[in-house]
Amino acid sequence: MLYTSLLPIILALAVASFFLGQRRAERVAQAAGGLRQLHSLPSHYGVFVALCCALPGFVVFLVWMACEEHVITAMVASGLPEALRNLPANELSLVINEIKNIAFGGFTAGGGNPAVEAAASSYLDHLHGLRNIVVAVAVVTCLLPGWWALGRIDKDLRARNLVEGMARVVLLGCATVAVLTTVGIVLSVVFEALRFFQSVSPSDFLFGLQWSPQIAMRADQVGSSGAFGAVPVFVGTFLIASIAMAVAIPVGLLSAIYLSEYAAPTLRSWAKPALEILAGIPTVVYGFFAALTVAPAIRDLGAMLGLSVASESALAAGLIMGVMIIPFVSSLSDDVIHAVPQSLRDGSLAMGATRFETIRHVVVPAALPGIVGSILLAISRAVGETMIVVMAAGLSANLSVNPLAAVTTVTVQIVTLLVGDQEFDSPKTLAAFALGLLLFFFTLILNFIALRVVRRYREHYE
Amino acid sequence: MTEQTFPLYGGKAASLQERLGDASPQERKTVGTPFVDDPRMTCREVDVFYGGKQAISKVSIDIGRNQVLAMIGPSGCGKSTFLRCLNRMNDTVGACRVEGEIRLDGINIYDPTVDVVPLRARVGMVFQKPNPFPKSIYDNVAYGPRIHGLTKDKNELDEIVETSLHKAGLWEEVKDRLREPGTGLSGGQQQRLCIARAIAVSPEVILMDEPCSALDPIATAKVEELIAELRTQYSIVIVTHAMQQASRVSQRTAYFHLGDLIEVGPTERIFTNPRHKLTEDYITGRFG
Repeated sequence: MLYTSLLPIILALAVASFFLGQRRAERVAQAAGGLRQLHSLPSHYGVFVALCCALPGFVVFLVWMACEEHVITAMVASGLPEALRNLPANELSLVINEIKNIAFGGFTAGGGNPAVEAAASSYLDHLHGLRNIVVAVAVVTCLLPGWWALGRIDKDLRARNLVEGMARVVLLGCATVAVLTTVGIVLSVVFEALRFFQSVSPSDFLFGLQWSPQIAMRADQVGSSGAFGAVPVFVGTFLIASIAMAVAIPVGLLSAIYLSEYAAPTLRSWAKPALEILAGIPTVVYGFFAALTVAPAIRDLGAMLGLSVASESALAAGLIMGVMIIPFVSSLSDDVIHAVPQSLRDGSLAMGATRFETIRHVVVPAALPGIVGSILLAISRAVGETMIVVMAAGLSANLSVNPLAAVTTVTVQIVTLLVGDQEFDSPKTLAAFALGLLLFFFTLILNFIALRVVRRYREHYE
Repeated sequence: MTEQTFPLYGGKAASLQERLGDASPQERKTVGTPFVDDPRMTCREVDVFYGGKQAISKVSIDIGRNQVLAMIGPSGCGKSTFLRCLNRMNDTVGACRVEGEIRLDGINIYDPTVDVVPLRARVGMVFQKPNPFPKSIYDNVAYGPRIHGLTKDKNELDEIVETSLHKAGLWEEVKDRLREPGTGLSGGQQQRLCIARAIAVSPEVILMDEPCSALDPIATAKVEELIAELRTQYSIVIVTHAMQQASRVSQRTAYFHLGDLIEVGPTERIFTNPRHKLTEDYITGRFG
């Protein structure tokens, strides 16, 4: 099909126009008396022509991608018989779906309404017809500006500046895509969360001490009243994250200090990547290690000491999460400690400080912004980690700070709320978005603090 | 004569090497007066090797009390390396090996029983580039007294900080902002802060490795003034590239050349009447 090869066609036109532009610039240069007479290099002219050629066609393609669905649906809908067209909106969308299913040879509900069959074939006709038109339009929007650009080449055309300007636009476009995606994610979460807050009041959600997210199907159902207090879930999250950080910060930081200050370069060159492997182990592997090996071991140990330990404990999940996070702390801290100028170490050693005094009083304070940054990154990672806690921490939302009890976390709850068949108008499902929003806020605040800390200490050494 | 403007590089370097290759051991023996009465430090037959490469050979010199010894010489002649031997800062360089004997008040500092921590408290050092710690001005100066446990209480520490800053001629400029970071000072102030930091532990010898090379002329003048004052209490060894500076601040001058100590003598004599051909060539600007 011509349509699927539109992008390669545009690319080919761009390549061809690059060489045409370059060749033409060279010829212009010859006529003017040498390459030095040109304002820019021949390749600049080539890129200029190529961009003039490819960009408009590409934009046409993007615009069509964005609105193809709407245009064709509207055309097909207007061609439907009166009876179908006057259906309520949700039933009409069912019919449209049916049409699409038939058109693309997918699963159909059967029934074989001839009007729908006809609409399906007209759908395909419209699709193919319009796509061919789009290809033609795109090629024309490539060729016309390309031809125009080729004609503009002379020795005074400031192609280099034009290319620089276009490069800027392209870069800006990419940056915008990243930012807009973030904004889009936040907005979609915000709107769903707002829907949730229509049925559950924000104060109940933020300060409620009970979390049992279910909603009655029928009025007389047993246990029909759900409770959406997020406090136990967040307490669980922070409990596990604290345990993880209690493992990761000392181990990570001290091993970073060892690697950067004491270890011989050869040892460092293999020990550091080896430590980083920890970050490469899939979290699901950590998860079953925590759930099947560590949690029972902790329970047995607790039993020996006369403590009652839940078989899925916050301690097990937190410990293993801490191990997973060690490389985040150690690798980044090692880099920043390594970057502390040798002159500071020399200054301290020349005062008669020992190596460890130097590290404690001079090197670590100088590297503090980076170390804090690495720790905050690790905390964000701990708070957002899912798989380990799903497998090892349990599902029951106990309001407890006892590390031996089973607790649950925000991410675990989001997973359980959204796994399986869902209806997206019940508070039970929408609660996931509210949790996600709150979690997002927490990590945002953490990042904000991290930036402040880093900025405050950054000026302390050049 | 134009090639003289490219010291040690290009064609001139080769001819230098040739000249030294021809020179007999006799010619490379230290001339002048390397030894003094009642020295603070004595160095005898000091060799320094970086891996297999010899950086310094058979240097013997005394460091006198209450005087400034300037070490001059072309780049790479080993004067900084030698300076760093005097408080064993070369220990931090893995491949570095020091042979010979360096005594401080009669005790060999390379003796295995000698601990570098008290040694470095007695032989302080100021570096080429100001390197204040990322701490407040006060904490920078208090650093040494704190790690050596020199003070019993806060008042005593305050006093040490104040006198050290006074001695370094910095007190008037910073007395109202002792809590501000030391890195916020100007380059010259930072270097004087480093000097204050070094003298806060009351060393006997202060080593200075081109202390003014990163400073502007006014800051340099202040530091030179300071060195002249410090001489009354400390022995000072200064490495410098500026011969004018050596003649201004020092009482004795030592000329190093490609790892050898060529000539030592009273500064005035070295600059007016050098005895060795190499010294003469260097100070008259024929190379270096």
